[in-house]
Amino acid sequence: MTDSSPTPPAVLMRGITKRFPGVLANDHIDLEVRQGEIHALLGENGAGKTTLMNILYGIYHPDEGSIEIYGRPVSIHSPHDAIKLGIGMIHQQFRLVQTHTVVENVILGMGKGFVFREKEASEKIRELSARYNLKVDPDAYIWQLSAGEQQRVEILKALYRGAQILILDEPTSMLTPGEIEDLLKTLHRMTEEGHTILFITHKLDEVTAISHRVTILRQGRVIATLETSQTNERELARLMVGREVLFRLSKEQIQPGEVMLQVENLQALNDKGLFALKGISFTIRQGEIFGIAGVAGNGQRELVEALIGLRPVQAGRVFLQKDEITHDSPRARIEKGLACVPSERLTALVPSMSVAENMVLKSYRQPAFGRGILLDRTTVRSYSQRLIEQYAVITPSCDTLVKLLSGGNIQRALLARELSSQPRLLIAATPTAGLDVGATETIWQILLEQRRQGRAILLISEDLEEVMTLSDRVAVLFSGEIMGIVRSEAQNLEKIGLMMAGAFRLPQEEWV
Amino acid sequence: MKSFRLRMERRLEAPRAAQVRALAVSLFLALIVIGLLFALLGVNPFYAYQRILVGGFGSLYGLSETIAKAIPLALAGAGLSLAFRARVYNIGAEGQLLIGAIFGGVVALNFPEWPRLALMPTMFLAGFLGGALWASIPALLKARFRVDEVLTTLMMVYIASDVVRYLVYGPLRGPEERGFPYSSRFSATAQLPHIDITRIHYPTLILAILAAILLYLLLERTKLGYEIRVAGENPAAARYAGMDTQKIIVIVLLISGGLAGMAGVGEVAGIHARLSPPEGISPGYGFTAIIVAWLARLNPLATLLTAFLIGGLLVGGDAIQVALNLPAATIQVFNGVILLFVIAGDIFTRYRIRLEKQA
Ligand SMILES: Nc1ncnc2c1ncn2[C@@H]1O[C@H](COP(=O)(O)OP(=O)(O)O)[C@@H](O)[C@H]1O
Ligand SMILES: [Mg+2]
Repeated sequence: MTDSSPTPPAVLMRGITKRFPGVLANDHIDLEVRQGEIHALLGENGAGKTTLMNILYGIYHPDEGSIEIYGRPVSIHSPHDAIKLGIGMIHQQFRLVQTHTVVENVILGMGKGFVFREKEASEKIRELSARYNLKVDPDAYIWQLSAGEQQRVEILKALYRGAQILILDEPTSMLTPGEIEDLLKTLHRMTEEGHTILFITHKLDEVTAISHRVTILRQGRVIATLETSQTNERELARLMVGREVLFRLSKEQIQPGEVMLQVENLQALNDKGLFALKGISFTIRQGEIFGIAGVAGNGQRELVEALIGLRPVQAGRVFLQKDEITHDSPRARIEKGLACVPSERLTALVPSMSVAENMVLKSYRQPAFGRGILLDRTTVRSYSQRLIEQYAVITPSCDTLVKLLSGGNIQRALLARELSSQPRLLIAATPTAGLDVGATETIWQILLEQRRQGRAILLISEDLEEVMTLSDRVAVLFSGEIMGIVRSEAQNLEKIGLMMAGAFRLPQEEWV
Repeated sequence: MKSFRLRMERRLEAPRAAQVRALAVSLFLALIVIGLLFALLGVNPFYAYQRILVGGFGSLYGLSETIAKAIPLALAGAGLSLAFRARVYNIGAEGQLLIGAIFGGVVALNFPEWPRLALMPTMFLAGFLGGALWASIPALLKARFRVDEVLTTLMMVYIASDVVRYLVYGPLRGPEERGFPYSSRFSATAQLPHIDITRIHYPTLILAILAAILLYLLLERTKLGYEIRVAGENPAAARYAGMDTQKIIVIVLLISGGLAGMAGVGEVAGIHARLSPPEGISPGYGFTAIIVAWLARLNPLATLLTAFLIGGLLVGGDAIQVALNLPAATIQVFNGVILLFVIAGDIFTRYRIRLEKQA
């Protein structure tokens, strides 16, 4: 890195301002990205990162401000302009045609001579994938690829178009830990070849792991730009959230009580009709958080669905306290006191309806919300208002549509609703996925507070730190089986890692 | 040199004002396109529009005819707005209307001497059952076997047409009709009363207004209505919350079918006073009701207004078809263009269009 060299910065954005109705998404933002560096753009959800990058990529036009690329003033009116300037962007949601092959997607939209160029393109893609360690079969169809592979296709597509400056918008949010590592390696490789990388994230460890410099955004404003080597996660967290973040949460000793959930030899199929759960057994007691660790796709989704009644159980039994619920309908389970925050939040909410209406999604049938067939809107609103206050959900009013809330607040509202029924068991699946540190901390505190009050909680998460911080006991799910159940103590971490990889199975006698 | 370009930006929320503006813009654009069509047919579009307005709304006679046509549109349209809210796309209201007409007509023909106070409610009830019955087949197919209701409800229209044709050429043909495909005339008590000398059969009008109000209250103030809205907005969330989505599909199809059936009774007992081949019972009210529901943005109360507007178009359209020698399909084209633009207009509520300067 030649910091003091006279070469102009790859990207220089000055005084960028962008308003949306009611929101100042970018407020006079200055950003300088040096040639050949990995520049992290750090900020909580809603801080304005995506908006700023969409402006750089020509998707939005700024209300004010100017942009220079390699020292040359430019005005970028469309992604087409951006590509011509050597800027490529990998969006949070991939934009690939599922029914086309990798090659077809890469050359799609590049005009003329489709058939003729396909062979040549295929060659070039192979060459690029080898050079940047982006393993993907050029002839595979997109629908056959994992999220990680699709992302590689997006990167190849940008490189193929000659991108020198690459923007990645929260690229790790859909990847497994292994895929994240590969991505980071690729990015390093790219800077060696002279590419400049803008890496958007809200994860502190990623910033420290790969970036040279980091710019922190909060509420549409630049808070600071720092050399990564001169800072630490604690400072970054404080700058990003605007207050001290407690990384140590207190988890006091609690004597677990009665058994609230008992799962015996549970078996269920996945959507393809193969066994996704191959006989799973565990129990959860009052005042206990039982964590299920494991890489996604090892039966987590099927386990949640089987427990809440959305997936038929092939064999085995499930008891909620003393009641057998193995074959109950979802509604019966809700009424018996089973609550669930699923990992796909949008299956548990109606984004286009108000916060108030979402708060009663599971309880609206109760007579308290209207006699007989009637639904009493006044009660619904006042009830929701109480929950909003109790759980400090930040929303302009209870009539605001859920889709307008930030991710952290959506999750808080969801937790508020699920806990409001005083459930016998709460299932929390990846409860902080996609949330920034501040919001994550709040969710963790809510869960620990519930544990203190004696709630039984099933925590399913890919995030090992989360599982270790919150749980009392940890089961590792691998390929539809529990590889072992251990206490969540630091000395078990290595075992847990091995079990997650399927490389070790703890003998049943040693399960806790 | 400066140039301008249009850009689209996605909105998170579609404000009310934007929705209204979008509707107005869509209608305006539709009118321009239709105007071009008029011009192609050699008719001055301004003259044509003026004649349509005058025809539909410009005289007491025109207004009364407009209301008469708005009645079946409102009844069927309100039901459809309920079904569409649940994202159940019942596009077969025409068939349900026809079967409802037959059911009501059979009651009228079999109990001609019943007093009106007993006969009228029975006919409407029979019509509701007939329409609901016709909708129940697609309902069960969808709820049980996930068969797409767009296909089945539409196919059931053609079956209904053939059933009606068979009946009026056969078993239900009036002996005194000397071979014409009509049933006997309904008795006086089986015919609906009108306002003065107009064709406004007010019992059906009252039913339409009641239906719109009740469906509105159903959607906004009841637990079932809440379930319908949730199931329509996010079926996955409905299942997760333990709602019976199959029950919801069946209920909205039965209600929308039943209301269309009642509209059919209104037509045969309020306008024609007998059963006739399908074209004679309804000039496609069941299809036009789709536009009515959509224009009302799926709000049952608003269907009263949009039914009135579209009713006026139909009446005005009839007037110009005759007066200006236009092909009979003109008004269908007219309606089709409007629906197209209204649906396209939804895009404008979801995106913001910006005009921006370029250096
Ligand atoms: N198209 C849009 N219309 C209205 N508001 C928007 C739009 N896009 C983003 N916003 C708002 O701008 C703010 C910044 O959003 P965004 O740039 O997506 O943040 P980040 O990527 O940092 O999470 C948020 O308050 C968001 O709700
Ligand atoms: Mg973003």
